[in-house]
Amino acid sequence: MVTSRQDCRTVYVVGVGQVPVGEHWDKSLRDLAVAALRAAVADGGGEAPGALMLGNMLGSTLSEQQHLGALIADWAGFRGIEAASVESACSSGAAALRQGYLAVKSGEHRLVAVLGAEKMTDSVNGLATAGLAMAADAESEAAIGLSFPAINALLMRRYMHEYGPEREDFAAFAMSSHANAVGNPNAMFRKAVSQKACLLAPTIADPVTLMDSAPMADGAAALILADAETAARLGRTGVRIAGSAVATDSLALQDRNELLYLEAVAASTERALAAANRSREDVDFFEVHDAFTIMSILSLEAAGYAPRGEGFRLAQEGVVVRGGRLPICTMGGLKARGHPVGATGVYQAVEAALQLRGAAGDCQVEGARVGLIQNIGGSGATVVTHVLEAE
Amino acid sequence: MALQLPRDWRLQAQRYRLLGAKCRGCGRVVVPIRPVCPGCGSDDVETIKLSGRGEVYSYTVMYKVPDSFERSVPYVVALVRLEEGALISAQITDVEPEEVVVGLPVEVVFRQWRQYGADGHIVYGYKFRPVMPGMAATQ
Repeated sequence: MVTSRQDCRTVYVVGVGQVPVGEHWDKSLRDLAVAALRAAVADGGGEAPGALMLGNMLGSTLSEQQHLGALIADWAGFRGIEAASVESACSSGAAALRQGYLAVKSGEHRLVAVLGAEKMTDSVNGLATAGLAMAADAESEAAIGLSFPAINALLMRRYMHEYGPEREDFAAFAMSSHANAVGNPNAMFRKAVSQKACLLAPTIADPVTLMDSAPMADGAAALILADAETAARLGRTGVRIAGSAVATDSLALQDRNELLYLEAVAASTERALAAANRSREDVDFFEVHDAFTIMSILSLEAAGYAPRGEGFRLAQEGVVVRGGRLPICTMGGLKARGHPVGATGVYQAVEAALQLRGAAGDCQVEGARVGLIQNIGGSGATVVTHVLEAE
Repeated sequence: MALQLPRDWRLQAQRYRLLGAKCRGCGRVVVPIRPVCPGCGSDDVETIKLSGRGEVYSYTVMYKVPDSFERSVPYVVALVRLEEGALISAQITDVEPEEVVVGLPVEVVFRQWRQYGADGHIVYGYKFRPVMPGMAATQ
């Protein structure tokens, strides 16, 4: 009988797979999903998983396809296994990881596939914009014409009003993510950007510009999780999930206790670190959910890496950039690797696993042992945090 | 596209009369009405009619907008801090975008939100406009 957390099984990441993030006009949602899943299975030793947990947000809207669990299990060659899809807006990928983790942790399954997949470029007009707005409250936010970038603009404007950061402070976050993506062969934008380019970027929802925003993209990424015995048998015990947590907040900004404090980020980070028995200072890199530059800043503050109103300084001061004390978005983040929404959380986990294997190539954070990854749904309504560690 | 007519019909009272929920336990006011207080968890919550007066807490000017809002581009959306303490997201109307600032006093007005579908279904609801000097609020 399980009597405490410690008695439960240790969960290992034994396989990773991903397709390059980008505009895949010649590939469907299922093509992308199958490619990433097959790659992860091969990387994990080739055994069929006992279950598939799949994260996706917009399949119903943009591909007119639901029921993705069974569909992808079948198309990937695993017809018959347990499968389901998980949705929590932009955090769907990490929510699927959480479910896969629980499936192994509980002992119900020994080998589980986690997949995040999103196909965003099949949409025309404002359909993708409307689809993303579904992450917000349909009755009080989307109904009045708010888009998802506009919701972040409301956060950014108030933050600028209260704390007085300059445009250059926001630009430094975008520049850092782009610089990191140069070394990632799976990133959408492998190109550094200048401060001037950031400052001249066109406005989407004032004050949010194109360079404050992560791009819509197609993509799929997958992980294979295993219990200790299976991981040992497969000879893949290099990376384990040391902590996993989810916290929630209101969907609508107007219902938050404090507009500029992401309570679910604070709670989720706290719980994941506690589960891993780690402090903030133990973390070697932090995959932040940089869907918008303001989200990076608010996340760093709520996660406890900066006092409130001070997080905007961390990029300009070199703390969160490559070579800094706490590198973030080490393989480009959402901004430059790209943000295929329901797949993003799994990309973060794949990248963290590569860092901890020492296999991140030109993006490698030297000596990385502990990685914190955080995937956010909406503007902070669902926050999924994992701590991955090298054995 | 889902059948939106019933939804718009259901939400008429909320949208036409600017209703809020006030918790009898902790006193918190939120918009829209909801059965349980998000602050303290109490279900002793009453529906109140809000004054419709407040000030701009944050705002944005939108250029790239969801379908069926194209006619209004560009438009201003704000978080308004109401007199009763609640925040509400709403469009700011009867104003040039560059005239909107944080702290601008505003009052509620009844306006068209959007028009959509083959038969041109029109949705109405609350927006806010700058308080005009010397004029009382409309509600």
